[in-house]
Amino acid sequence: MKRTAVEFRNVTKSYGDKVVIDNLNLSIPQGHIVVLVGPSGCGKTTTMKMINRLIEPTSGEVFVFNQDVRKPDRAELRRRIGYVIQQIGLFPHMTIAENISLVPRLTNGKKGHDLTKIDQLLELVGLDAASYRDRYPAELSGGQQQRVGVARALMANPPIILMDEPFSALDPITREQLQDELIRLNEELHKTIVFVTHDMDEALKIADTIIIMGGGRVIQQGSPDHILRHPANEFVRGFLGEKRLSSHRSHTVADVMLPNPVKMSRYKGLAEAVQTMQRKRVTSILVADQDGRYRGIADTSDIYKRFHEESMTLGDVMRTNVPTLLPEMPLSEAISQVQNAPFGHVPVVNAEGKLVGLMTRASLVDLLAKPYLEEAMASGE
Amino acid sequence: MVNEWLTTFADRWTDIVDSSLQHITLSLIALFWAILIAVPLGILLTRYRKLAGLVMGIVSVLQTIPSLALLGFLIPVFGIGSVPAILAMVAYALLPILRNTYTGILDVDAPLLEAGRGMGMTRSQQLRMVELPLARPMIFAGIRTATVMTIGVATLASFIGAGGLGDLILRGISMVDTGVILAGAIPAAVLAILFDLLLAWVDRMVTPKGLRIRKEVN
Ligand SMILES: Nc1ncnc2c1ncn2[C@@H]1O[C@H](COP(=O)(O)OP(=O)(O)OP(=O)(O)O)[C@@H](O)[C@H]1O
Ligand SMILES: [Mg+2]
Repeated sequence: MKRTAVEFRNVTKSYGDKVVIDNLNLSIPQGHIVVLVGPSGCGKTTTMKMINRLIEPTSGEVFVFNQDVRKPDRAELRRRIGYVIQQIGLFPHMTIAENISLVPRLTNGKKGHDLTKIDQLLELVGLDAASYRDRYPAELSGGQQQRVGVARALMANPPIILMDEPFSALDPITREQLQDELIRLNEELHKTIVFVTHDMDEALKIADTIIIMGGGRVIQQGSPDHILRHPANEFVRGFLGEKRLSSHRSHTVADVMLPNPVKMSRYKGLAEAVQTMQRKRVTSILVADQDGRYRGIADTSDIYKRFHEESMTLGDVMRTNVPTLLPEMPLSEAISQVQNAPFGHVPVVNAEGKLVGLMTRASLVDLLAKPYLEEAMASGE
Repeated sequence: MVNEWLTTFADRWTDIVDSSLQHITLSLIALFWAILIAVPLGILLTRYRKLAGLVMGIVSVLQTIPSLALLGFLIPVFGIGSVPAILAMVAYALLPILRNTYTGILDVDAPLLEAGRGMGMTRSQQLRMVELPLARPMIFAGIRTATVMTIGVATLASFIGAGGLGDLILRGISMVDTGVILAGAIPAAVLAILFDLLLAWVDRMVTPKGLRIRKEVN
């Protein structure tokens, strides 16, 4: 059972008549990266700032490790919670080391910090301690500055770190790097990280738990995988976007079948059938009427067994007892049937009895390879 | 003519030095009080911003009273001598320091204050560690302006018997002796320039390296 790091109980925040957070109940588990995500103005920042009391709720209670946040002194509370903001907020008149050691210096005065800890943290966030320790923020790139921002938040070893869109001002490459490093870092440190973003890709990438907010309420909370598989409603669906959903939606037979299998009328002679099969390089042929009505399937062996009987047509040799699939059948159910089919071929026939496609074992392999093919195509653009 | 002036300078050398020292002393005392009042007041106004307009208005009005008139107002209350002179000088020096302290602190980037607050700075730590260091160049600029003004106003202090280089100027006027007038006026101008340069140098020396880099980048 995971401990709860932060808990909101019936929290409401309003400015005048405007209700910004509407009776919020929320429980944030310890040791995870929890991402608050939602459209602009939905109250993510407000929610986050109520944890370290930069904003006070109008009503309700906020608890940090089961203690009401109003109990400790405000400054005291904040020193136990790391804080990283989008604008980075390094103090320009202080060196990198002075910036990182800020929180312990607030508590213990000038000498109240551990110099080796500063170096360790610099290395932890991927900066060479010897060359950056005594520099000033203005000498660093935005990405390097935010690394220092993260190191500064870690200095007092707080169990909880709040991050408000920490990477959104950075260029895409740097952002990706810092996201990767945050994930790596927390595999090591197991902090409770409350991370605010409005970028769904970022949320899906770094989150252990995603909290989707909209209009001052929690719409859905769950793992990225859970949310992709079971979006709670249209709002979540819309926020995720069709593209992300389709790559995770459960597939149906129609998604992967061959839509235009080789087919012939049951009145065709066997010689003609063989010729078509040779031309199209297939080992079985589907039999259907002009209007598309499915009749059966004939394999090479079925045809050759009776080939010498010149009066025979496809209708005489085809098998009619082969199981078929409905196009809307979930793939998970179809897989075993495809595996057990006599030639690994299963006709797909819709409710009106019309032939719409053919499932083969090869279709399943294609499905597995699809994400990789798409990736290869995207990077080749 | 220039030769005449030079002899006047040589003859009155000790007078010039004495008057200059008096002048500097008066100015420094006035500046000391002006800083002592205007900087804390400026800080206070950033905390009670509603009062800022009113207070700044009063101080600006002081500034618009012609200096001779101000000295005249002060005589009935404080008589003559260095006290009313210094009071008048303080009144003039207040505005630039007050205004620059106020705007200097309000100009500090909001995200820096938010970061500080979010990390658990108390109000006084925020002032000491963030606001004052970052507003310091601005406050210093206000003090420089005030210094130059004070050294100028100090010349008028002689009218109410406070001494200083104004004495020489007044004497020169009554004697209709340009050389004596210049013996007061030139050192006064030189003092103003020297103090300005000195403060500019001090400003550079005390500006943290991190802020100088920022200036170069911008
Ligand atoms: N001091 C304030 N006075 C009035 N309304 C406010 C105040 N602060 C925030 N709001 C409103 O509260 C709502 C939520 O703001 P909040 O900053 O939490 O949004 P957000 O989800 O963080 O948005 P974004 O993604 O744009 O940062 C917004 O509609 C905003 O206009
Ligand atoms: Mg926000």
